[in-house]
Amino acid sequence: MSTISVPAGTAPATTRPATTKKKATGTAGKRRLPLLPALIFVIAVTQIPFLLTIYYSFQSWNLVRPGSFHFVGLQNYADVFTDTTFLGALLNTVVLTVVCVFVSLLLGLGLAILLDRKFVGRGFVRTLLITPFLILPAAGALLWKTTMFDPTYGLLHFVFGTDVDWLSQFPLAAVMAQIIWQWTPFMMLLTLAGLQSQPKDVLEAASVDGAGRWRTFVSITLPHLSRFLQLATLLGAIYIVNSFDAIFLMTQGGPGTASTNLPFYIYQRAFEGFDIGQSSAMGVVVVIITMIVATFALRLMFRAFSVDGGTK
Amino acid sequence: MRKLLCLLAATALFVTGCAGAGSFGNGGRTLVIAIVSNPQMKDAISLSSEFEKANPGVHLKFVSLPENEARAKITASTATQGGEFDVVMISNYEAPQWAANGWLENLEPHMKATPGYDENDFIPSIRQSLSYQNQMYAVPFYGESSFVVYRKDLFAKAGITMPAHPTWQQIADYAAKLDDKNAGIAGICLRGKPGWGESLAPFTTVANTFGAQWFDKDWNAKLTSPEFTQAANFYVNLVRDHGEVGASSAGFSECGTRYAQGQAAMWYDATSMTGTTEDPSSSKVVGKNGYAPAPVEKTQASGWLYTWALGIPNVAKDKDDAWKFMAWMTDKAYAKKVGETYGWNRVPPGTRQSTYEIPQYRDAAKAYAQPTLDGIADANQQKAMVSPVPYPGIQFVGIPEFQDLGTRVSQQLSAAIAGQTSVADALAQSQKYAATVGKSYQEVQG
Amino acid sequence: MTTAVSGVSGRKRRYGAGSLTVATWIVAILFVFPLLWMILTAFKQESDAYTDPPKLFFSPTFDQISGVLKGGFLPYLANSAFVTVVSTLLVLLLGIPAAYALSLAPVKKTKNALSFFLSTKMLPIVAAIIPLYVISQNTNLLDTVWALIILYTSMNLPLAIWMMRSFFLEVPGEMIEAAHIDGATLPTLLRKIIMPVVAPGVAATALICVIFSWTEFFYAVNLTAARAGTVPVFLVGFITSEGLYWAQLSAAALLASLPVMIVGWFAQNHLVRGLSMGAVK
Repeated sequence: MSTISVPAGTAPATTRPATTKKKATGTAGKRRLPLLPALIFVIAVTQIPFLLTIYYSFQSWNLVRPGSFHFVGLQNYADVFTDTTFLGALLNTVVLTVVCVFVSLLLGLGLAILLDRKFVGRGFVRTLLITPFLILPAAGALLWKTTMFDPTYGLLHFVFGTDVDWLSQFPLAAVMAQIIWQWTPFMMLLTLAGLQSQPKDVLEAASVDGAGRWRTFVSITLPHLSRFLQLATLLGAIYIVNSFDAIFLMTQGGPGTASTNLPFYIYQRAFEGFDIGQSSAMGVVVVIITMIVATFALRLMFRAFSVDGGTK
Repeated sequence: MRKLLCLLAATALFVTGCAGAGSFGNGGRTLVIAIVSNPQMKDAISLSSEFEKANPGVHLKFVSLPENEARAKITASTATQGGEFDVVMISNYEAPQWAANGWLENLEPHMKATPGYDENDFIPSIRQSLSYQNQMYAVPFYGESSFVVYRKDLFAKAGITMPAHPTWQQIADYAAKLDDKNAGIAGICLRGKPGWGESLAPFTTVANTFGAQWFDKDWNAKLTSPEFTQAANFYVNLVRDHGEVGASSAGFSECGTRYAQGQAAMWYDATSMTGTTEDPSSSKVVGKNGYAPAPVEKTQASGWLYTWALGIPNVAKDKDDAWKFMAWMTDKAYAKKVGETYGWNRVPPGTRQSTYEIPQYRDAAKAYAQPTLDGIADANQQKAMVSPVPYPGIQFVGIPEFQDLGTRVSQQLSAAIAGQTSVADALAQSQKYAATVGKSYQEVQG
Repeated sequence: MTTAVSGVSGRKRRYGAGSLTVATWIVAILFVFPLLWMILTAFKQESDAYTDPPKLFFSPTFDQISGVLKGGFLPYLANSAFVTVVSTLLVLLLGIPAAYALSLAPVKKTKNALSFFLSTKMLPIVAAIIPLYVISQNTNLLDTVWALIILYTSMNLPLAIWMMRSFFLEVPGEMIEAAHIDGATLPTLLRKIIMPVVAPGVAATALICVIFSWTEFFYAVNLTAARAGTVPVFLVGFITSEGLYWAQLSAAALLASLPVMIVGWFAQNHLVRGLSMGAVK
């Protein structure tokens, strides 16, 4: 397609940035120039508001009490750490993220395995299965709240024949069910991509060698999939840890604070309590916690993907 | 790929055109109205094209959100002088506080300048609740108190007659008798959904009539007082033993659906419930309903007072047009318009005395018009509380911190109703929250 | 493969495959049943929408759909489409050069920049909502589509750069070197050599951005009002605190999700390919 001549005997894959790097040292600055617009944009949009958040976190400021704005030092932080609801919300966030990522990954893997063969209507089935990922999370949450979980008219009531009020007896589990439902297709797509990128010759060789399906799966497919699974875990975690829609629309964090996670709790402090000082302090604390966790997660991730190593 | 990009570009062009038509101004003045998405307000939105026809050059744009979300947005916008809205829907909780903060336009001059508006027609207690220093800062769209609806057929079958002024103890006894788990009929429906405007509204009226209070007149929090504990135990036990399924997440609409489907023998809630209970298209119990005043224990009356009203933020740009629209939505003619267009049952109740003199309305509402009016008239602190309190409001504490405090306490109450915590623990936790708030007022006083 | 297998076990396998297919179908239908139910409910009358037992058969009606359309759906749709398309184009505009630079730049810096981009994704967006509100108010961006466009661009940019970088790594370094020697400028380079290789990745990235922008709820609800409200905001308007309107709600949910559903259905192959690339590189 391109008219530019390619040096003879190009060895793809093995020689890449590492080799270009040496020759390009002189122009490295220039080469990184295209990065700047994106970098500046992201810094401006994400970091400036955050600096303001830090500033607010040292103030006492209730939006609905005019004249309440004054400096209080670390008082807001002290309050955050002694607030049992905050700690409960932190715990809920961890539980929600871990369970949702794990279960949706498992379900996604199962569905992907089912889809990774030829059968009648495969394209249609895949289309069906990815659809929950494409509807608005807000719509999904409302849908589950009403037509699924309603204790009198919900489908679960009809199927199980019980009067269980899911949203008040198992609030966190109900919210998690919705989130898992929404995210399973995403996990499925990723693992399916992994399954389909398996080298066919290796699989055939294994079946010629008489390896059973299970053994082939464990010793060939799983190791091949591991990167895809890690990617799915990371991306899923990033989005699920910030879950807000489902809790806001399904349980409002209740009953009590049984299904309150950190994003929802901070929202409540800010938009129901209008306590800007304290909600900002919570935001800062959450950011610090996230940064600690994220440093580990990213390090793990980059080791797995060997960004440094340059191996493919 | 190229196809996809072309598609994107084409869509972009197309929607830019649409957006140009839709959102980037269209000549004339556009009023932005923030409103709570309840049925009566939706009727108003449907009818509003008539206003636009009568006032060429003024366009209306509604932002219609559910109560919690609307309140969060409207408060944030008004408090930061955001200026997104020309007209906001607020309640008698916000109006006096915001007026005191100087966030709202004084409506008295506008009312006086509008011939035929007749502000003296508003029911006095409602008018009072939206005033600050005897000036109205918001005009009521609908008003409500609380009362009990009950199934006359089930009462007759059980051989019970509802007294003219029932007590809570009597109601509890009836609920126990009428509770029929096999038939799927709860003794009584009571709200348990968290939110200061949800479960706390009925609960606080119960607390009031049991002689409890949130704060005494020196701002000491009283949530663990014997009266408060007794009231909380009464409410939680009643709804746990003889209440509806899923009580801890049932609010007004959930209770309404259950009662209208014939799944409860009684329901204590807002007087505006008649829009649900008497609506033949959704209610299976039309004509079987009796209405009794809010039950009492130690007080003369115990109904609450609530109104959704319209106000103008002081930063709004076009106050005269804003007022024109508000006047249209709250004047005497509006009730007639709704009655003739959608049926008399859908007229927003509880604001104007003249509405209750319309013969068709009196006829359509004969089962509940008088109890509603009585409830609203009796809804004041003197009649509904045992001892004086330092804050305005009946079913709420009229201070800015109450949204937050109330929501937190209501979460505790819900948890107790769901059985996740004991009443004593819930109140102990709530007392802590309330004490912090009380202290900040004691400091101001001291 | 099956042809190589002899008669008996071949039949067995086919039989097994057949039942597996049936099982797959059943699982798939069960999994999306909530959604199918929503679609059914959208065509019900309110009185059919909440019944015990639930009604599978009813006389369908378009009342709810037309009610939603008449309820002022179109401006929200236009806002959503505008915000989604513009922010996605912006992401590509900023993201492609960045991904290009990151696939060539020295290793250490790459890691730092990538970490930085990804770490911004992990920050809780609620933590910054009040400052964002105050800032957009002071810059007159409150309740405009531009506030959302800026935020969605920064929201999607990290993931987009990261995904696209994987594709840029596919481009043989020698080709770029050679082009450089020939004196090709960056735009030529991008158009002639790089784009053909990375196009599927860009498409997949664009799709992901479209999905996330269209479905975004939190910023939209808190930073827009009448003028710039997007589809999720419209949907929330259907929750009322008085009375349940499941049929109407379902109709609104269906209409709100439909555009991105259709885009996703048609482009699902791109999505699979794009995501798989992101994992290997």
